[in-house]
Amino acid sequence: MPAAQPAPLAAVPTAAEAESPRTIVDIRRLNLIYQTADQPVTALSDVSLSIAKGDFISLIGPSGCGKTTLMRVIADLEQPSSGDVLVNGMTPEQARLKRAYGYVFQAPALYPWRNVERNVTLPLEIMGMPAAERRTRAGEQLERVGLAGFERKFPWQLSGGMQQRVSIARALAFDPDLLLMDEPFGALDEITRDHLNVNLTRLWLRTRKTCVFVTHSIAEAVFLSTRIVVMSPRPGRILDVIDCARDLPRERTLGIRESPEFQRIAHRVREGLMEGHSYDD
Amino acid sequence: MNQETTMARQMLRPMAPWPLVMLVAPVLPVATGGGGALAWTQSPVALAGLLLTLAAILLRRAAPSALAEAGLLLAGVAAAYAVPLLLLGRGLVPGAGLWVYLAGATLLLGRVLRLLADADGAARLAGPALFGLALVLLWEILTRGLGVPAILLPPPGAILAAFATHAAELWDDFGQTVLTSVVRGYLMGCGAGFAVAILADRVPFLARGLLPLGNLASAIPVVGIAPIMVMWFGFDWQSKAAVIVVMTFFPMMINTLAGLRGAERIQLDLMRSYGAGYWRTLLLLRLPCALPFLFNGLKINSTLALIGAIVAEFFGTPVVGMGFRISTEVARMNLDVVWATIAVAALTGSALYGALALAERRVTAWHPSFRKR
Ligand SMILES: Nc1ncnc2c1ncn2[C@@H]1O[C@H](COP(=O)(O)OP(=O)(O)OP(=O)(O)O)[C@@H](O)[C@H]1O
Ligand SMILES: [Mg+2]
Repeated sequence: MPAAQPAPLAAVPTAAEAESPRTIVDIRRLNLIYQTADQPVTALSDVSLSIAKGDFISLIGPSGCGKTTLMRVIADLEQPSSGDVLVNGMTPEQARLKRAYGYVFQAPALYPWRNVERNVTLPLEIMGMPAAERRTRAGEQLERVGLAGFERKFPWQLSGGMQQRVSIARALAFDPDLLLMDEPFGALDEITRDHLNVNLTRLWLRTRKTCVFVTHSIAEAVFLSTRIVVMSPRPGRILDVIDCARDLPRERTLGIRESPEFQRIAHRVREGLMEGHSYDD
Repeated sequence: MNQETTMARQMLRPMAPWPLVMLVAPVLPVATGGGGALAWTQSPVALAGLLLTLAAILLRRAAPSALAEAGLLLAGVAAAYAVPLLLLGRGLVPGAGLWVYLAGATLLLGRVLRLLADADGAARLAGPALFGLALVLLWEILTRGLGVPAILLPPPGAILAAFATHAAELWDDFGQTVLTSVVRGYLMGCGAGFAVAILADRVPFLARGLLPLGNLASAIPVVGIAPIMVMWFGFDWQSKAAVIVVMTFFPMMINTLAGLRGAERIQLDLMRSYGAGYWRTLLLLRLPCALPFLFNGLKINSTLALIGAIVAEFFGTPVVGMGFRISTEVARMNLDVVWATIAVAALTGSALYGALALAERRVTAWHPSFRKR
């Protein structure tokens, strides 16, 4: 069954070319050096990656390796020192001004003077959506992350995990081309995390949205992704890109985590991470 | 639950014995009048008051609750404050016995206030109000009983009388100083400070140039600029407004600038990721973030504006205004009118500040300093 699915990296030309998903993010030979007070910090070194429409890419790597930096470059929040980034054939800035990005930050970044609902409707307000539609959308998204009934609460009245779920709802509500999620579930308990993982993979299946996802959990990365990008410790380089779509079905349930294919991919990710670490020492 | 236990402890805690100094009072003369010293037995009102207060102290153990005890003791205190006022009304001069009685009753008031502070709801608010009232009554009794000259400190009753007799004048002064000069100057000064801060935030060299100037301006004494502004802008409200603008501009600007820098990087990044432009970011993120600072500036300026207007009126004004009234009535030794004007100024200042503080509470209820679950 999985073999019948066209691989995202279409190797076959012509007929398959039309079918094959087009590239939405194209990163070529990217370098990024932070100029700090004492010494320059190389955060990304020679990173090349192309992300196809409908891909679910997970970035995994040790803390401080440049995962957040890579996402920030894609979203035009950081300027690369050298190299090219194209998003939908545009520069990241043009894409940003066309509101292509839904960015879930590592911290919830909610506005404390807005209640939960008005936090979710914030991007919709900026887009100029009518008020009634904003509210129905916010309601739908909050329901999806299990926060129906919390519309009138203020962010500081919620737990850290609930706040992060609000920020996910906020990113989903505005229906961006590209969903960038920086450790969105890092602060959640195992059960909620599993629940949201299942939700996210369903959502992704339904909307075919392109996702870039940062995580420290190997299991989460394998469960969610079509491809996993393993990064080395600083300066961040890409060590391995592992294709999960070939061996795992597109539609996944939690049970899949027991399957031998899943274990094999997880093992390969772990190997990659360990290799990176030994390289560092 | 917790409330109840503290209440119970409060009721069990014995009363400090100090209010009982009033037991000494009966051996001392209550007052001196036309015919010399007056004993307590010669003044039935005073004796009744003293007995009432003592009865309250004795009966307080029978009170069913802390609040009831507070009420009972308060009645005793009220009697002790009423007696000197009644005797003074009859032209008698309070004697040592009466002062001892009053001192004991004032100590008793301390216990009432402590009981009220542990209560909740409206009773809690009654505490500060009672304290203020007691202060005014003591002021009245002491100034009249000790014969303090009205030039030094008139009793509050006389100030109140001046309110009634000079009502029209005081109202005109209020209109000129507050409703005209202060309101206009305050709006102009705060508005300009805010607008320039927004500009300086966009044009960094402007901020760098203006901030040191702000320190300089805050060091200028108001008595220095007021006569100059009167020369420039004339006697009427324009010169007062100008003084207020000079005094309020920089505090508002500095607070606004600080507030605009308060937004966190991640919050700004969020706006940027939505492709929100400068004005939208300002309106949806940076100004809400700046609100606590803006209110800080507005509150500081509300007092500064009032002081500025009153002081500026010392240097020339049409024949109306609170500053003008104070300077002329001092010269005429009409200290009660001066005190009435001071009272108006104090009340206006507190009302302005209080209104702003309330508005702040409403608008920035989300801020950590006001948050309630
Ligand atoms: N604004 C900055 N200025 C200077 N150095 C920075 C800046 N932001 C990040 N760095 C450095 O760049 C490196 C990569 O940081 P980044 O935040 O991308 O790591 P990360 O992979 O997201 O880590 P984590 O998993 O802990 O979130 C780090 O070593 C960090 O010290
Ligand atoms: Mg990170």
